[in-house]
Amino acid sequence: MSDIAESDDRISAEGSRDLKRSLNRALRAQKMRALMLIAPLLIFILVTFIAPIVDMLFRSVENEIVSDTLPRTVLALDDWEYTSGETPSEAVFAALYYDLFVAAELKEHTRLGSRLNYETTGISSLFRKSGRRVDRFDTDIYADQFTALDPAWGEPATWTMMSEALDDDPDALPETASALEGWHHLLKVERDDPATEAPADILFTALYRDLSAGAPGLNDGDLAAMTATARQAVDGFETVSIRDQFVDVDDSWLDPEIWGTIKAYAPKYTIGYFLKSVDYQLTPEGIEKQPEDQQIYIRLFVRTLVMSLTIMVSCIVLGYPVAFLLANLPMRYSNVLMILVLLPFWTSLLVRTSAWKVLLQNQGVINDILVWLHIVSESGRLALINNQTGTIIAMTHILLPFMILPLYSVMQTIPPTYMRAAKSLGATDWTAFWRVYFPQSVPGIGAGSILVFILAIGYYITPELVGGTSGIFISNRIAYHISSSLNWGLAAALGSILLVAVLMLYWAYDRIVGIDNVKLG
Amino acid sequence: MTLKNVLLASSAIALIAAPLAAQDMADSMTIVSWGGAYQNSQLKAYVEPYQEANPDVSVTWDESSNEAVAKLRAMDEAGNVTWDLVDVVASDAIRLCDEGLAMEYDPDELLAPAEDGTPASEDFGDMLVSDCFIPQIVYSTTVGYRTDMVPEGTDPPTDICALFDLDTYPGQRALEKRPINNMEWALYCDGVAKDDIYDVLETEEGQDRAFAKLDTIKDDTVWWSAGADTPQLLADGEVFMGSTYNGRLFSVIEEQDQPVAMLWDMQVFDLDGWIIPANLPEDRLARVKDFVKKETTTQALADQAKYISYGPARSSSAPLVGKHDELGIEMAQHMPTDPANAKNTLLYNYEWWADYRDDLDAKFQAWLTR
Repeated sequence: MSDIAESDDRISAEGSRDLKRSLNRALRAQKMRALMLIAPLLIFILVTFIAPIVDMLFRSVENEIVSDTLPRTVLALDDWEYTSGETPSEAVFAALYYDLFVAAELKEHTRLGSRLNYETTGISSLFRKSGRRVDRFDTDIYADQFTALDPAWGEPATWTMMSEALDDDPDALPETASALEGWHHLLKVERDDPATEAPADILFTALYRDLSAGAPGLNDGDLAAMTATARQAVDGFETVSIRDQFVDVDDSWLDPEIWGTIKAYAPKYTIGYFLKSVDYQLTPEGIEKQPEDQQIYIRLFVRTLVMSLTIMVSCIVLGYPVAFLLANLPMRYSNVLMILVLLPFWTSLLVRTSAWKVLLQNQGVINDILVWLHIVSESGRLALINNQTGTIIAMTHILLPFMILPLYSVMQTIPPTYMRAAKSLGATDWTAFWRVYFPQSVPGIGAGSILVFILAIGYYITPELVGGTSGIFISNRIAYHISSSLNWGLAAALGSILLVAVLMLYWAYDRIVGIDNVKLG
Repeated sequence: MTLKNVLLASSAIALIAAPLAAQDMADSMTIVSWGGAYQNSQLKAYVEPYQEANPDVSVTWDESSNEAVAKLRAMDEAGNVTWDLVDVVASDAIRLCDEGLAMEYDPDELLAPAEDGTPASEDFGDMLVSDCFIPQIVYSTTVGYRTDMVPEGTDPPTDICALFDLDTYPGQRALEKRPINNMEWALYCDGVAKDDIYDVLETEEGQDRAFAKLDTIKDDTVWWSAGADTPQLLADGEVFMGSTYNGRLFSVIEEQDQPVAMLWDMQVFDLDGWIIPANLPEDRLARVKDFVKKETTTQALADQAKYISYGPARSSSAPLVGKHDELGIEMAQHMPTDPANAKNTLLYNYEWWADYRDDLDAKFQAWLTR
């Protein structure tokens, strides 16, 4: 008996498991189908919207250019400390020589120069000048002396062999191996044939430095004999200081500040851009506050937030009555009113901004009328433009439809009977409005405020045109760094901070008001 | 292979090769410029004559010179440069060259010699401020003022320091929203000799000095960012005097007939010209090179001055500058390089500003917001 019951249980357990499984399968199929339906849009958004934004924001920390362009210098600088206050050793200058020679041939040095110039003024021209001179350094005496010793040193084939030998044992002649690596990288990029290109001065310089420093050298093959002979001879070679060669181009190379900057920005990722965005800077000595006369970004962030809030509030104040009228007037009036709201909405942003210029300027329409009405005197014309007032007026006007439309669509859904019911129960007009109507319109205010605030925070054309100096936003600086100074890293860092600030405000709003309480209709 | 096959094959090759030869040069070009009157002068002086000689070439204009540096970098990163020839100011050309976005060229190879055989590198001379830059015009940033707003009984201003003299010449000023030019003028009017300006400006004290001088007019200044702002502000009577490009002032004075006069004193010379984007496909590069060779000749550069009051960058072009195409007035006297106008001038120091631009701009913007 119990056996039967048990097996019954088992059957039903199995049956429900089967049922669950097939239900899951059906659900999964449904989900997949839904996913397939939205896939085109999802992929589209990922590829054309999310990916570029992530790529752009990533630039705020990316800093590979230094270690890519000056790999040997960066390594050599490991042993040098900025705090020592001394110029780095000859070995570092030699490493810089090899790097700069390759970079100058590939025309990459000026790019790095402009990158580092964002951090320390003067590096741009220092790199440009040095790059121009680096292939004319006096180090050619090494090439002359080696080839005088054995003409085979002047043959490209010798160096091809050398490179093969050093591939197995780079420690035999470490600097030569490193210089050869750079040389071959250069030939590869320029698509030159290593078998025919005459060896560059950097190779002879590196070989000389290796031999005179007592590097172990190669053990077998023809090259071993050649290097052994050369090792005997290098003591008698005429020498040249690479450091003097650089100093000859520009004595800024003696400035530890330059080297400190290279070292501070050597890592592949940097927080330098983010520090700059909050008025700090990464210096060779560590993180420091920007000097007073260069602090600007915090001030602009705060101003952007405060002014966007002001604009949002003035949109609510101006937009609420209009939306109320739109929702409550008879159809034929409200349609006309609606057109009046929408008409500026369809007009170009630039046209509206320029129109405000004509209206607001000192000799403009508004001031003229005020003077004509004797409200202000000729000399006391109001400053309505090229300051914060101008930005607030113009942007409130431009963003007003974004407040009115959500408000209107919410108000339309509020049944007029509620107000009537409130009044029939003895409420005054004001109480009926404030206690019954207004609470129901709050979701519209929420939606409108979010729209206006987020749009306002990213505006830059209007503030640029009517904001003067006190009415510009952080976005104006972002635009400047994108299009003029080409400091995309800093622009990306500023943009990331702005994005995070908006997301945090959104989160706070969700916490306090609840995003479910926002309605667009 | 039989003879017949060989014949067939070779004629097939000939058939393929013939159109290829014609296609060596692309038959369309995208030229980037500033729009407005300036672009129009290039259309009239360069593009229309070129198209007359090469009727099958179509030219597309893109009015993006303002943000050319950023756009070119973006195009380069995307691996799809659609521009063939870009008009930029010299400082932008230097930046593009540094970034490896513009093509380096050999002036004597790419550009035609002057009519008397002077090689291009000599004819352009100092104007070749970068290895990538093909100079076109010399323009200047200078100051214009409202003649009807000069206080009664006062002589009209003749030197740049009137900008800082609010007592004698009250009224609003319009200055560009960037340190370049303003810092130089401030120091000059603070008593620094012209040759020492950049040495002084390199030091912290020198920069503070320039800002202190600018402080004296800060509250009476409208800061502009578009070249069209100052002419408009002058025409509206919003400001008494303001800096802008000399060509803009020319059109306010001569074409729009406004009561405005020019203060050539301490005008700052700057250059504008072409760059060819780096790594263009061969057929497009060939077309651009052909265009540049033919349209930067002595005569072509002189022709541009018929339509706009900017001086040609070739020294051999100067004597050929004629009358304005529509107004019929002699253009030579309106050129910034005319001896009467160029008594006291400053040349934009490209190398110096390439170094100090980032630093001083940060300070200048911080100063503005204070």
